[in-house]
Amino acid sequence: MSLTRQDVEKIAHLARLSITAQEMPVYVNSLSSIVDFVDELSRADTEGVLPMAHPLDGQHQRLRADVVSESDNHEKYQHNAPAVTAGLYVVPRVIE
Amino acid sequence: MHNLFIGELADRLAKRQISSVELTQHFLGRIERLNPALNAMITLTAKQALADAAAADARLSAGERGPLLGIPLIHKDIFCTDGVRTSCGSRMLDNFVAPYDATVVARLKAAGTVMLGKSNMDEFAMGSSNETSYYGPVKNPWDTAKVPGGSSGGSAAATAARLTPFATGTDTGGSIRQPAALTGVTGLKPTYGRVSRYGMIAFASSLDQAGVFARSAGDAAAVLQVMAGFDPRDSTSVDVPVPDYSKALGQPLKGMKIGLLREFFEGLEPRNAALLEDALNIYTGLGAETLQVSLPHLPLSVPTYYVVAPAECSSNLSRFDGVRYGYRCENPKDLMDLYKRSRGEGFGAEVKRRIMTGTYVLSAGYFDAYYLKAQKARRLITDDFRAAFDKVDLVIGPTTPTPAFDIGAKMDDPVLMYLNDIYTIGANLAGLPGVSVPCGFVEGLPMGLQLIGPHFAEAKLLNAAHQYQQATDWHTHAPRGYT
Repeated sequence: MSLTRQDVEKIAHLARLSITAQEMPVYVNSLSSIVDFVDELSRADTEGVLPMAHPLDGQHQRLRADVVSESDNHEKYQHNAPAVTAGLYVVPRVIE
Repeated sequence: MHNLFIGELADRLAKRQISSVELTQHFLGRIERLNPALNAMITLTAKQALADAAAADARLSAGERGPLLGIPLIHKDIFCTDGVRTSCGSRMLDNFVAPYDATVVARLKAAGTVMLGKSNMDEFAMGSSNETSYYGPVKNPWDTAKVPGGSSGGSAAATAARLTPFATGTDTGGSIRQPAALTGVTGLKPTYGRVSRYGMIAFASSLDQAGVFARSAGDAAAVLQVMAGFDPRDSTSVDVPVPDYSKALGQPLKGMKIGLLREFFEGLEPRNAALLEDALNIYTGLGAETLQVSLPHLPLSVPTYYVVAPAECSSNLSRFDGVRYGYRCENPKDLMDLYKRSRGEGFGAEVKRRIMTGTYVLSAGYFDAYYLKAQKARRLITDDFRAAFDKVDLVIGPTTPTPAFDIGAKMDDPVLMYLNDIYTIGANLAGLPGVSVPCGFVEGLPMGLQLIGPHFAEAKLLNAAHQYQQATDWHTHAPRGYT
Protein backbone atom coordinates (compact mmCIF):
# COMPACT_ATOMS: atom_id res chain seq x y z
CA MET A 1 0.00 0.00 0.00
CA SER A 2 1.67 3.22 -1.08
CA LEU A 3 -0.82 5.34 0.87
CA THR A 4 -1.84 4.88 4.48
CA ARG A 5 -5.19 5.60 6.05
CA GLN A 6 -3.63 8.72 7.59
CA ASP A 7 -2.48 9.89 4.15
CA VAL A 8 -5.97 9.52 2.72
CA GLU A 9 -7.54 11.25 5.72
CA LYS A 10 -5.19 14.19 5.16
CA ILE A 11 -5.95 14.31 1.42
CA ALA A 12 -9.70 14.14 2.10
CA HIS A 13 -9.37 17.04 4.53
CA LEU A 14 -7.41 19.13 2.00
CA ALA A 15 -10.07 18.33 -0.62
CA ARG A 16 -12.88 19.16 1.84
CA LEU A 17 -14.51 15.75 1.44
CA SER A 18 -16.13 13.78 4.24
CA ILE A 19 -15.32 10.10 3.81
CA THR A 20 -17.21 7.61 5.94
CA ALA A 21 -15.42 4.94 7.98
CA GLN A 22 -16.85 2.24 5.70
CA GLU A 23 -15.66 4.01 2.55
CA MET A 24 -12.15 4.67 3.87
CA PRO A 25 -10.53 1.24 3.18
CA VAL A 26 -11.85 1.31 -0.41
CA TYR A 27 -10.22 4.69 -1.02
CA VAL A 28 -6.94 3.69 0.65
CA ASN A 29 -6.86 0.71 -1.65
CA SER A 30 -7.87 2.32 -4.94
CA LEU A 31 -5.87 5.53 -4.45
CA SER A 32 -2.80 3.42 -3.66
CA SER A 33 -3.23 1.46 -6.88
CA ILE A 34 -3.65 4.69 -8.86
CA VAL A 35 -0.54 6.21 -7.28
CA ASP A 36 1.42 3.02 -8.03
CA PHE A 37 0.19 3.16 -11.61
CA VAL A 38 1.12 6.80 -12.25
CA ASP A 39 4.50 6.12 -10.60
CA GLU A 40 5.47 4.68 -14.01
CA LEU A 41 6.16 8.30 -14.91
CA SER A 42 9.19 8.34 -12.61
CA ARG A 43 10.98 6.08 -15.11
CA ALA A 44 10.54 8.54 -17.98
CA ASP A 45 13.60 10.59 -18.91
CA THR A 46 12.37 14.18 -18.83
CA GLU A 47 15.75 15.83 -18.38
CA GLY A 48 15.63 19.33 -19.87
CA VAL A 49 12.00 19.02 -21.01
CA LEU A 50 9.82 22.08 -20.42
CA PRO A 51 6.54 21.36 -18.63
CA MET A 52 3.51 21.76 -20.89
CA ALA A 53 0.41 23.29 -19.32
CA HIS A 54 -1.58 23.98 -22.44
CA PRO A 55 -2.01 22.00 -25.68
CA LEU A 56 -1.63 24.98 -28.01
CA ASP A 57 1.77 26.54 -27.51
CA GLY A 58 2.19 30.25 -27.95
CA GLN A 59 -1.34 31.23 -27.01
CA HIS A 60 -1.64 34.25 -24.78
CA GLN A 61 -4.33 35.29 -22.41
CA ARG A 62 -6.45 37.83 -24.24
CA LEU A 63 -7.26 41.17 -22.68
CA ARG A 64 -10.48 43.05 -23.16
CA ALA A 65 -11.62 46.60 -22.54
CA ASP A 66 -12.62 47.17 -18.91
CA VAL A 67 -16.26 47.91 -19.59
CA VAL A 68 -19.50 46.48 -18.19
CA SER A 69 -20.51 43.54 -20.37
CA GLU A 70 -23.06 41.74 -18.21
CA SER A 71 -26.27 42.94 -16.65
CA ASP A 72 -27.25 42.24 -13.02
CA ASN A 73 -28.76 38.75 -12.90
CA HIS A 74 -28.19 37.99 -9.24
CA GLU A 75 -31.77 36.97 -8.55
CA LYS A 76 -31.68 34.45 -11.39
CA TYR A 77 -28.31 33.11 -10.27
CA GLN A 78 -29.27 32.92 -6.60
CA HIS A 79 -32.33 30.91 -7.51
CA ASN A 80 -29.99 27.89 -7.42
CA ALA A 81 -28.56 28.69 -3.98
CA PRO A 82 -29.50 26.45 -1.04
CA ALA A 83 -30.11 29.45 1.27
CA VAL A 84 -30.39 33.15 0.44
CA THR A 85 -31.63 36.07 2.53
CA ALA A 86 -31.89 39.62 1.18
CA GLY A 87 -29.64 38.80 -1.75
CA LEU A 88 -26.96 37.27 0.49
CA TYR A 89 -25.81 33.63 0.62
CA VAL A 90 -26.49 32.14 4.04
CA VAL A 91 -23.93 29.87 5.74
CA PRO A 92 -23.48 28.64 9.32
CA ARG A 93 -22.16 31.29 11.69
CA VAL A 94 -18.40 31.78 11.25
CA ILE A 95 -17.66 34.50 13.85
CA GLU A 96 -19.13 34.12 17.32
CA MET B 1 -37.62 8.64 -40.95
CA HIS B 2 -35.16 7.99 -38.11
CA ASN B 3 -32.71 6.25 -40.44
CA LEU B 4 -32.32 9.30 -42.66
CA PHE B 5 -29.16 11.36 -42.46
CA ILE B 6 -29.27 15.03 -41.50
CA GLY B 7 -28.86 16.19 -45.11
CA GLU B 8 -31.83 14.05 -46.18
CA LEU B 9 -33.97 15.34 -43.31
CA ALA B 10 -33.03 18.94 -44.11
CA ASP B 11 -33.97 18.33 -47.75
CA ARG B 12 -37.42 17.01 -46.80
CA LEU B 13 -37.93 19.88 -44.39
CA ALA B 14 -36.93 22.34 -47.11
CA LYS B 15 -39.39 20.79 -49.57
CA ARG B 16 -42.00 20.85 -46.80
CA GLN B 17 -42.57 17.09 -47.23
CA ILE B 18 -42.31 16.82 -43.47
CA SER B 19 -42.56 19.42 -40.77
CA SER B 20 -40.18 19.90 -37.89
CA VAL B 21 -43.10 19.25 -35.52
CA GLU B 22 -43.72 15.85 -37.15
CA LEU B 23 -40.03 15.03 -37.01
CA THR B 24 -39.85 16.07 -33.36
CA GLN B 25 -42.95 14.04 -32.47
CA HIS B 26 -41.44 11.04 -34.22
CA PHE B 27 -38.22 11.15 -32.19
CA LEU B 28 -40.01 11.99 -28.92
CA GLY B 29 -42.18 8.93 -29.56
CA ARG B 30 -39.12 6.77 -30.06
CA ILE B 31 -37.54 8.10 -26.86
CA GLU B 32 -40.72 7.36 -24.92
CA ARG B 33 -40.94 3.84 -26.33
CA LEU B 34 -37.28 2.79 -26.47
CA ASN B 35 -35.40 4.80 -23.86
CA PRO B 36 -36.71 2.97 -20.75
CA ALA B 37 -34.55 -0.03 -21.73
CA LEU B 38 -31.49 2.19 -22.34
CA ASN B 39 -31.61 4.93 -19.67
CA ALA B 40 -29.87 7.24 -22.14
CA MET B 41 -31.74 10.36 -20.99
CA ILE B 42 -31.71 12.39 -17.77
CA THR B 43 -34.21 15.09 -18.72
CA LEU B 44 -36.82 15.27 -21.50
CA THR B 45 -37.94 18.67 -22.79
CA ALA B 46 -40.87 17.56 -24.95
CA LYS B 47 -43.06 20.62 -24.50
CA GLN B 48 -40.29 23.09 -25.29
CA ALA B 49 -39.17 20.88 -28.19
CA LEU B 50 -42.60 21.05 -29.83
CA ALA B 51 -42.68 24.82 -29.39
CA ASP B 52 -39.17 25.14 -30.87
CA ALA B 53 -40.15 22.85 -33.74
CA ALA B 54 -43.19 25.02 -34.49
CA ALA B 55 -40.89 28.05 -34.52
CA ALA B 56 -38.53 26.26 -36.92
CA ASP B 57 -41.49 25.40 -39.14
CA ALA B 58 -42.49 29.07 -39.22
CA ARG B 59 -38.95 30.00 -40.30
CA LEU B 60 -39.02 27.31 -42.99
CA SER B 61 -42.44 28.47 -44.20
CA ALA B 62 -41.10 31.99 -44.45
CA GLY B 63 -38.52 30.67 -46.89
CA GLU B 64 -35.53 30.44 -44.57
CA ARG B 65 -33.19 27.48 -45.15
CA GLY B 66 -30.35 26.03 -43.10
CA PRO B 67 -28.58 22.68 -42.82
CA LEU B 68 -29.85 22.18 -39.24
CA LEU B 69 -33.04 24.27 -39.30
CA GLY B 70 -35.79 22.15 -37.73
CA ILE B 71 -33.51 19.16 -36.96
CA PRO B 72 -33.90 17.60 -33.47
CA LEU B 73 -30.90 16.91 -31.23
CA ILE B 74 -29.95 15.80 -27.73
CA HIS B 75 -27.43 17.67 -25.59
CA LYS B 76 -25.12 15.92 -23.17
CA ASP B 77 -26.18 17.03 -19.70
CA ILE B 78 -22.83 18.78 -19.22
CA PHE B 79 -23.91 21.75 -21.37
CA CYS B 80 -25.74 24.52 -19.55
CA THR B 81 -29.24 25.04 -20.95
CA ASP B 82 -31.05 28.18 -19.83
CA GLY B 83 -34.05 27.30 -17.68
CA VAL B 84 -33.47 23.54 -17.97
CA ARG B 85 -31.92 21.32 -15.31
CA THR B 86 -28.22 20.70 -16.00
CA SER B 87 -27.10 17.87 -13.71
CA CYS B 88 -23.75 16.75 -15.16
CA GLY B 89 -24.84 13.26 -14.07
CA SER B 90 -24.33 14.20 -10.41
CA ARG B 91 -26.37 14.36 -7.25
CA MET B 92 -24.44 17.59 -6.65
CA LEU B 93 -26.34 19.29 -9.49
CA ASP B 94 -29.56 17.26 -9.39
CA ASN B 95 -31.48 20.47 -8.61
CA PHE B 96 -29.39 22.88 -10.71
CA VAL B 97 -31.30 24.87 -13.32
CA ALA B 98 -28.76 26.56 -15.57
CA PRO B 99 -29.26 30.34 -15.72
CA TYR B 100 -27.72 30.67 -19.20
CA ASP B 101 -26.96 28.74 -22.39
CA ALA B 102 -23.55 27.28 -23.19
CA THR B 103 -22.17 28.77 -26.42
CA VAL B 104 -22.57 25.36 -28.11
CA VAL B 105 -26.24 25.32 -27.08
CA ALA B 106 -26.80 28.93 -28.14
CA ARG B 107 -25.20 28.40 -31.55
CA LEU B 108 -27.20 25.25 -32.27
CA LYS B 109 -30.37 26.95 -31.04
CA ALA B 110 -29.78 29.91 -33.36
CA ALA B 111 -29.32 27.47 -36.25
CA GLY B 112 -32.88 26.27 -35.60
CA THR B 113 -32.21 22.90 -33.97
CA VAL B 114 -34.80 21.43 -31.61
CA MET B 115 -33.58 20.06 -28.26
CA LEU B 116 -35.40 16.83 -27.33
CA GLY B 117 -33.69 16.58 -23.94
CA LYS B 118 -30.45 16.06 -22.04
CA SER B 119 -28.50 12.82 -22.14
CA ASN B 120 -27.11 10.65 -19.36
CA MET B 121 -23.37 10.66 -18.73
CA ASP B 122 -20.70 9.60 -16.29
CA GLU B 123 -20.73 11.90 -13.29
CA PHE B 124 -18.88 15.11 -14.23
CA ALA B 125 -17.68 13.19 -17.34
CA MET B 126 -15.42 11.01 -15.19
CA GLY B 127 -15.72 7.47 -16.45
CA SER B 128 -15.32 5.22 -19.47
CA SER B 129 -18.51 3.18 -19.13
CA ASN B 130 -21.32 5.51 -18.11
CA GLU B 131 -21.64 3.59 -14.85
CA THR B 132 -20.70 6.47 -12.54
CA SER B 133 -23.87 8.48 -13.28
CA TYR B 134 -26.10 9.39 -10.32
CA TYR B 135 -28.98 8.45 -12.65
CA GLY B 136 -27.81 4.88 -13.20
CA PRO B 137 -25.88 3.24 -16.02
CA VAL B 138 -26.76 3.65 -19.69
CA LYS B 139 -27.23 0.37 -21.59
CA ASN B 140 -25.70 -0.32 -24.98
CA PRO B 141 -28.47 -0.70 -27.61
CA TRP B 142 -26.45 -3.50 -29.29
CA ASP B 143 -26.67 -5.56 -26.09
CA THR B 144 -28.25 -4.12 -22.97
CA ALA B 145 -25.98 -6.19 -20.71
CA LYS B 146 -23.04 -4.15 -22.07
CA VAL B 147 -21.86 -0.62 -21.34
CA PRO B 148 -22.14 2.02 -24.09
CA GLY B 149 -18.77 3.48 -23.14
CA GLY B 150 -18.33 6.86 -21.53
CA SER B 151 -18.41 9.47 -20.48
CA SER B 152 -20.88 10.61 -23.18
CA GLY B 153 -22.64 7.21 -23.08
CA GLY B 154 -26.18 8.60 -23.22
CA SER B 155 -25.50 10.68 -26.34
CA ALA B 156 -23.82 7.70 -28.02
CA ALA B 157 -26.57 5.21 -27.13
CA ALA B 158 -29.31 7.66 -28.18
CA THR B 159 -27.66 8.31 -31.55
CA ALA B 160 -27.09 4.58 -32.16
CA ALA B 161 -30.70 3.73 -31.19
CA ARG B 162 -32.01 6.39 -33.58
CA LEU B 163 -33.59 8.38 -30.74
CA THR B 164 -32.10 11.52 -32.32
CA PRO B 165 -30.43 12.44 -35.61
CA PHE B 166 -27.39 13.65 -33.65
CA ALA B 167 -26.16 14.53 -30.18
CA THR B 168 -23.50 16.68 -28.56
CA GLY B 169 -20.75 15.29 -26.35
CA THR B 170 -17.49 16.21 -24.69
CA ASP B 171 -14.14 14.46 -24.91
CA THR B 172 -11.49 14.88 -22.20
CA GLY B 173 -9.72 11.52 -22.61
CA GLY B 174 -11.85 9.77 -25.23
CA SER B 175 -15.38 10.47 -23.98
CA ILE B 176 -16.75 10.99 -27.50
CA ARG B 177 -14.60 8.61 -29.56
CA GLN B 178 -14.73 5.60 -27.19
CA PRO B 179 -18.55 5.50 -26.76
CA ALA B 180 -18.97 6.22 -30.49
CA ALA B 181 -16.86 3.14 -31.22
CA LEU B 182 -18.70 0.95 -28.72
CA THR B 183 -22.14 1.92 -30.06
CA GLY B 184 -21.34 1.99 -33.80
CA VAL B 185 -21.71 5.70 -34.52
CA THR B 186 -19.41 8.44 -35.81
CA GLY B 187 -17.86 10.56 -33.04
CA LEU B 188 -15.77 13.68 -33.60
CA LYS B 189 -13.52 15.38 -31.06
CA PRO B 190 -12.31 18.67 -32.55
CA THR B 191 -9.01 20.44 -31.87
CA TYR B 192 -8.69 21.94 -28.40
CA GLY B 193 -9.97 25.51 -28.75
CA ARG B 194 -11.97 24.89 -31.94
CA VAL B 195 -15.33 24.78 -30.13
CA SER B 196 -16.13 27.06 -27.21
CA ARG B 197 -16.09 25.60 -23.69
CA TYR B 198 -18.22 28.43 -22.30
CA GLY B 199 -21.10 26.93 -20.34
CA MET B 200 -19.67 23.42 -20.57
CA ILE B 201 -19.18 22.24 -17.00
CA ALA B 202 -15.42 21.94 -16.55
CA PHE B 203 -13.63 18.68 -15.72
CA ALA B 204 -10.04 19.15 -16.94
CA SER B 205 -9.76 22.53 -18.60
CA SER B 206 -6.61 21.89 -20.67
CA LEU B 207 -8.14 18.70 -22.14
CA ASP B 208 -11.93 19.21 -22.39
CA GLN B 209 -13.37 19.75 -25.85
CA ALA B 210 -16.95 19.66 -27.16
CA GLY B 211 -17.84 17.56 -30.17
CA VAL B 212 -20.53 15.58 -31.90
CA PHE B 213 -22.11 12.15 -32.28
CA ALA B 214 -23.77 11.49 -35.63
CA ARG B 215 -24.45 8.58 -37.94
CA SER B 216 -22.02 9.71 -40.62
CA ALA B 217 -18.99 11.93 -41.10
CA GLY B 218 -21.09 14.06 -43.43
CA ASP B 219 -23.60 14.70 -40.65
CA ALA B 220 -20.80 15.44 -38.18
CA ALA B 221 -19.39 18.00 -40.65
CA ALA B 222 -22.72 19.81 -40.85
CA VAL B 223 -22.96 19.99 -37.05
CA LEU B 224 -19.35 21.04 -36.48
CA GLN B 225 -19.91 23.88 -38.96
CA VAL B 226 -22.39 25.40 -36.51
CA MET B 227 -20.52 24.55 -33.28
CA ALA B 228 -17.04 25.70 -34.30
CA GLY B 229 -15.65 29.20 -34.12
CA PHE B 230 -14.13 31.84 -31.91
CA ASP B 231 -15.92 32.78 -28.71
CA PRO B 232 -14.66 35.75 -26.69
CA ARG B 233 -16.28 34.18 -23.59
CA ASP B 234 -13.83 31.27 -23.63
CA SER B 235 -10.28 32.46 -23.01
CA THR B 236 -8.84 29.35 -24.71
CA SER B 237 -11.05 29.61 -27.79
CA VAL B 238 -8.84 30.06 -30.84
CA ASP B 239 -9.48 32.78 -33.38
CA VAL B 240 -8.74 30.95 -36.62
CA PRO B 241 -11.17 30.85 -39.58
CA VAL B 242 -13.66 27.96 -39.77
CA PRO B 243 -13.44 26.26 -43.18
CA ASP B 244 -16.45 24.88 -45.04
CA TYR B 245 -16.39 21.31 -43.68
CA SER B 246 -19.14 19.94 -45.93
CA LYS B 247 -17.43 21.33 -49.03
CA ALA B 248 -14.20 19.57 -48.04
CA LEU B 249 -15.93 16.17 -48.15
CA GLY B 250 -15.49 15.76 -51.89
CA GLN B 251 -11.68 15.69 -51.89
CA PRO B 252 -10.14 12.53 -53.39
CA LEU B 253 -7.68 10.78 -51.07
CA LYS B 254 -5.12 10.17 -53.81
CA GLY B 255 -1.68 10.93 -52.48
CA MET B 256 -2.81 11.33 -48.88
CA LYS B 257 -0.32 9.84 -46.43
CA ILE B 258 -1.85 7.90 -43.55
CA GLY B 259 0.42 6.84 -40.71
CA LEU B 260 -0.06 3.51 -38.96
CA LEU B 261 0.71 4.09 -35.31
CA ARG B 262 3.10 1.29 -34.46
CA GLU B 263 2.34 1.49 -30.72
CA PHE B 264 -1.41 1.16 -31.44
CA PHE B 265 -1.03 -1.94 -33.57
CA GLU B 266 1.41 -3.81 -31.34
CA GLY B 267 -0.35 -6.48 -29.34
CA LEU B 268 -3.72 -5.68 -30.84
CA GLU B 269 -6.36 -8.38 -30.42
CA PRO B 270 -6.37 -10.36 -33.75
CA ARG B 271 -10.03 -9.70 -34.65
CA ASN B 272 -9.59 -5.99 -33.97
CA ALA B 273 -6.40 -6.06 -36.06
CA ALA B 274 -8.22 -7.81 -38.93
CA LEU B 275 -10.89 -5.08 -39.06
CA LEU B 276 -8.20 -2.41 -39.21
CA GLU B 277 -6.39 -4.38 -41.92
CA ASP B 278 -9.62 -4.28 -43.98
CA ALA B 279 -9.91 -0.53 -43.40
CA LEU B 280 -6.32 0.03 -44.51
CA ASN B 281 -7.04 -1.88 -47.70
CA ILE B 282 -10.01 0.39 -48.34
CA TYR B 283 -7.79 3.43 -47.87
CA THR B 284 -5.06 2.16 -50.19
CA GLY B 285 -7.82 1.34 -52.69
CA LEU B 286 -8.92 4.98 -52.47
CA GLY B 287 -5.41 6.08 -53.40
CA ALA B 288 -4.00 6.84 -49.97
CA GLU B 289 -0.51 5.78 -49.06
CA THR B 290 0.01 4.07 -45.72
CA LEU B 291 3.27 4.07 -43.82
CA GLN B 292 4.45 3.21 -40.33
CA VAL B 293 4.98 5.95 -37.80
CA SER B 294 5.97 5.68 -34.16
CA LEU B 295 5.09 7.58 -31.02
CA PRO B 296 7.76 6.25 -28.67
CA HIS B 297 6.39 8.06 -25.60
CA LEU B 298 2.83 6.88 -26.09
CA PRO B 299 3.06 4.31 -23.25
CA LEU B 300 3.34 7.30 -20.90
CA SER B 301 0.01 8.74 -22.01
CA VAL B 302 -2.34 6.95 -19.58
CA PRO B 303 -0.29 7.68 -16.43
CA THR B 304 0.28 11.25 -17.66
CA TYR B 305 -3.42 11.74 -18.19
CA TYR B 306 -4.34 10.29 -14.79
CA VAL B 307 -2.12 12.91 -13.14
CA VAL B 308 -3.05 15.93 -15.28
CA ALA B 309 -6.81 15.31 -15.49
CA PRO B 310 -7.39 14.65 -11.76
CA ALA B 311 -5.19 17.66 -10.87
CA GLU B 312 -7.32 19.95 -13.02
CA CYS B 313 -10.49 18.23 -11.79
CA SER B 314 -9.60 18.80 -8.12
CA SER B 315 -9.14 22.47 -8.86
CA ASN B 316 -12.26 22.87 -11.04
CA LEU B 317 -14.57 20.98 -8.71
CA SER B 318 -13.56 23.07 -5.69
CA ARG B 319 -16.31 25.47 -6.84
CA PHE B 320 -18.93 23.05 -5.51
CA ASP B 321 -19.08 24.27 -1.93
CA GLY B 322 -22.73 23.84 -0.97
CA VAL B 323 -23.10 27.62 -0.75
CA ARG B 324 -23.87 29.17 -4.13
CA TYR B 325 -25.54 26.30 -5.99
CA GLY B 326 -25.88 22.56 -5.91
CA TYR B 327 -26.34 20.10 -3.09
CA ARG B 328 -26.14 21.15 0.57
CA CYS B 329 -26.04 18.63 3.42
CA GLU B 330 -28.67 18.65 6.19
CA ASN B 331 -27.97 20.53 9.45
CA PRO B 332 -24.29 21.49 9.02
CA LYS B 333 -22.74 22.16 12.43
CA ASP B 334 -20.24 24.68 11.06
CA LEU B 335 -18.85 25.94 7.76
CA MET B 336 -16.21 23.20 7.49
CA ASP B 337 -18.85 20.55 8.12
CA LEU B 338 -21.03 22.16 5.45
CA TYR B 339 -18.22 22.01 2.89
CA LYS B 340 -17.12 18.49 3.71
CA ARG B 341 -20.49 16.79 3.98
CA SER B 342 -22.05 18.67 1.05
CA ARG B 343 -19.16 17.50 -1.13
CA GLY B 344 -18.89 14.07 0.46
CA GLU B 345 -22.61 13.38 -0.01
CA GLY B 346 -23.05 15.26 -3.29
CA PHE B 347 -20.22 13.60 -5.24
CA GLY B 348 -20.10 9.93 -6.20
CA ALA B 349 -17.22 7.53 -5.56
CA GLU B 350 -15.28 8.03 -8.82
CA VAL B 351 -15.47 11.82 -8.65
CA LYS B 352 -14.22 11.76 -5.06
CA ARG B 353 -11.43 9.40 -6.10
CA ARG B 354 -10.30 11.78 -8.85
CA ILE B 355 -10.54 14.86 -6.65
CA MET B 356 -8.36 13.10 -4.06
CA THR B 357 -5.88 11.87 -6.69
CA GLY B 358 -5.61 15.43 -7.98
CA THR B 359 -5.28 16.87 -4.48
CA TYR B 360 -2.48 14.41 -3.76
CA VAL B 361 -0.45 15.09 -6.92
CA LEU B 362 -0.74 18.85 -6.37
CA SER B 363 0.10 18.74 -2.66
CA ALA B 364 3.34 20.05 -1.18
CA GLY B 365 6.12 17.50 -1.56
CA TYR B 366 4.48 15.62 -4.45
CA PHE B 367 3.92 18.40 -7.00
CA ASP B 368 7.31 18.00 -8.71
CA ALA B 369 7.30 14.20 -8.72
CA TYR B 370 3.82 13.87 -10.17
CA TYR B 371 2.26 16.99 -11.63
CA LEU B 372 5.36 18.66 -13.05
CA LYS B 373 6.68 15.31 -14.24
CA ALA B 374 3.39 14.61 -16.03
CA GLN B 375 3.47 18.02 -17.69
CA LYS B 376 6.93 17.18 -19.02
CA ALA B 377 5.77 13.78 -20.26
CA ARG B 378 2.86 15.56 -21.91
CA ARG B 379 5.30 17.59 -23.98
CA LEU B 380 7.22 14.44 -25.01
CA ILE B 381 3.97 12.83 -26.22
CA THR B 382 2.93 16.01 -28.05
CA ASP B 383 6.35 16.27 -29.72
CA ASP B 384 5.99 12.65 -30.90
CA PHE B 385 2.73 13.53 -32.65
CA ARG B 386 4.32 16.63 -34.18
CA ALA B 387 7.17 14.54 -35.57
CA ALA B 388 4.66 12.03 -36.99
CA PHE B 389 2.72 14.80 -38.73
CA ASP B 390 5.92 15.94 -40.44
CA LYS B 391 5.74 12.66 -42.35
CA VAL B 392 2.01 11.96 -42.73
CA ASP B 393 -1.30 13.82 -43.11
CA LEU B 394 -3.25 11.74 -40.59
CA VAL B 395 -2.60 8.79 -38.32
CA ILE B 396 -4.84 5.76 -37.95
CA GLY B 397 -5.42 3.13 -35.28
CA PRO B 398 -8.13 1.45 -33.25
CA THR B 399 -10.39 3.54 -31.01
CA THR B 400 -10.64 0.93 -28.25
CA PRO B 401 -8.79 -2.29 -27.32
CA THR B 402 -12.02 -4.34 -27.12
CA PRO B 403 -15.71 -4.08 -27.98
CA ALA B 404 -18.23 -3.04 -25.28
CA PHE B 405 -17.71 -4.90 -21.99
CA ASP B 406 -20.26 -6.12 -19.44
CA ILE B 407 -21.89 -3.65 -17.08
CA GLY B 408 -20.11 -4.04 -13.74
CA ALA B 409 -17.04 -5.80 -15.17
CA LYS B 410 -14.48 -3.08 -14.40
CA MET B 411 -16.11 -1.02 -11.66
CA ASP B 412 -13.98 -2.48 -8.86
CA ASP B 413 -10.66 -1.75 -10.53
CA PRO B 414 -10.14 1.90 -11.49
CA VAL B 415 -6.78 1.28 -13.16
CA LEU B 416 -8.26 -1.44 -15.41
CA MET B 417 -11.04 1.00 -16.31
CA TYR B 418 -8.51 3.76 -17.06
CA LEU B 419 -6.66 1.51 -19.52
CA ASN B 420 -9.75 1.61 -21.80
CA ASP B 421 -8.60 5.05 -22.81
CA ILE B 422 -5.17 3.95 -23.99
CA TYR B 423 -5.76 4.82 -27.68
CA THR B 424 -7.77 7.99 -27.18
CA ILE B 425 -5.89 9.93 -24.48
CA GLY B 426 -2.92 10.92 -26.65
CA ALA B 427 -5.05 13.21 -28.83
CA ASN B 428 -6.35 15.04 -25.75
CA LEU B 429 -2.91 15.55 -24.24
CA ALA B 430 -1.70 17.01 -27.54
CA GLY B 431 -4.95 18.91 -28.22
CA LEU B 432 -5.45 17.13 -31.57
CA PRO B 433 -8.69 16.43 -33.41
CA GLY B 434 -9.80 12.80 -33.68
CA VAL B 435 -12.71 10.92 -35.16
CA SER B 436 -14.01 7.40 -34.56
CA VAL B 437 -15.95 5.67 -37.33
CA PRO B 438 -17.61 2.23 -37.29
CA CYS B 439 -15.36 -0.35 -39.01
CA GLY B 440 -17.04 -3.71 -38.38
CA PHE B 441 -18.10 -6.07 -35.62
CA VAL B 442 -16.49 -8.38 -33.07
CA GLU B 443 -18.89 -10.85 -31.47
CA GLY B 444 -21.83 -8.89 -32.86
CA LEU B 445 -20.66 -5.66 -31.22
CA PRO B 446 -19.47 -2.62 -33.18
CA MET B 447 -15.83 -1.53 -33.30
CA GLY B 448 -14.37 1.79 -34.33
CA LEU B 449 -11.33 2.94 -36.21
CA GLN B 450 -9.75 6.18 -35.16
CA LEU B 451 -8.18 8.89 -37.28
CA ILE B 452 -6.16 11.65 -35.61
CA GLY B 453 -4.94 14.75 -37.43
CA PRO B 454 -2.79 17.82 -36.76
CA HIS B 455 -4.31 20.86 -35.03
CA PHE B 456 -7.28 22.29 -36.96
CA ALA B 457 -7.27 19.47 -39.55
CA GLU B 458 -10.95 18.64 -38.96
CA ALA B 459 -11.79 19.12 -42.65
CA LYS B 460 -9.16 16.61 -43.73
CA LEU B 461 -10.19 14.21 -40.97
CA LEU B 462 -13.90 14.38 -41.79
CA ASN B 463 -13.17 13.93 -45.48
CA ALA B 464 -11.04 10.84 -44.81
CA ALA B 465 -13.85 9.43 -42.65
CA HIS B 466 -16.44 10.34 -45.29
CA GLN B 467 -14.49 8.69 -48.12
CA TYR B 468 -14.27 5.51 -46.02
CA GLN B 469 -18.02 5.64 -45.42
CA GLN B 470 -18.62 6.05 -49.17
CA ALA B 471 -16.71 2.80 -49.70
CA THR B 472 -18.21 0.84 -46.77
CA ASP B 473 -21.61 0.53 -45.10
CA TRP B 474 -20.63 -0.16 -41.46
CA HIS B 475 -22.05 3.21 -40.40
CA THR B 476 -25.52 2.30 -41.71
CA HIS B 477 -25.97 -0.75 -39.45
CA ALA B 478 -28.57 -0.27 -36.72
CA PRO B 479 -28.87 -2.35 -33.58
CA ARG B 480 -31.65 -4.94 -33.68
CA GLY B 481 -34.89 -3.52 -32.28
CA TYR B 482 -33.88 0.01 -33.24
CA THR B 483 -33.99 -0.16 -37.05
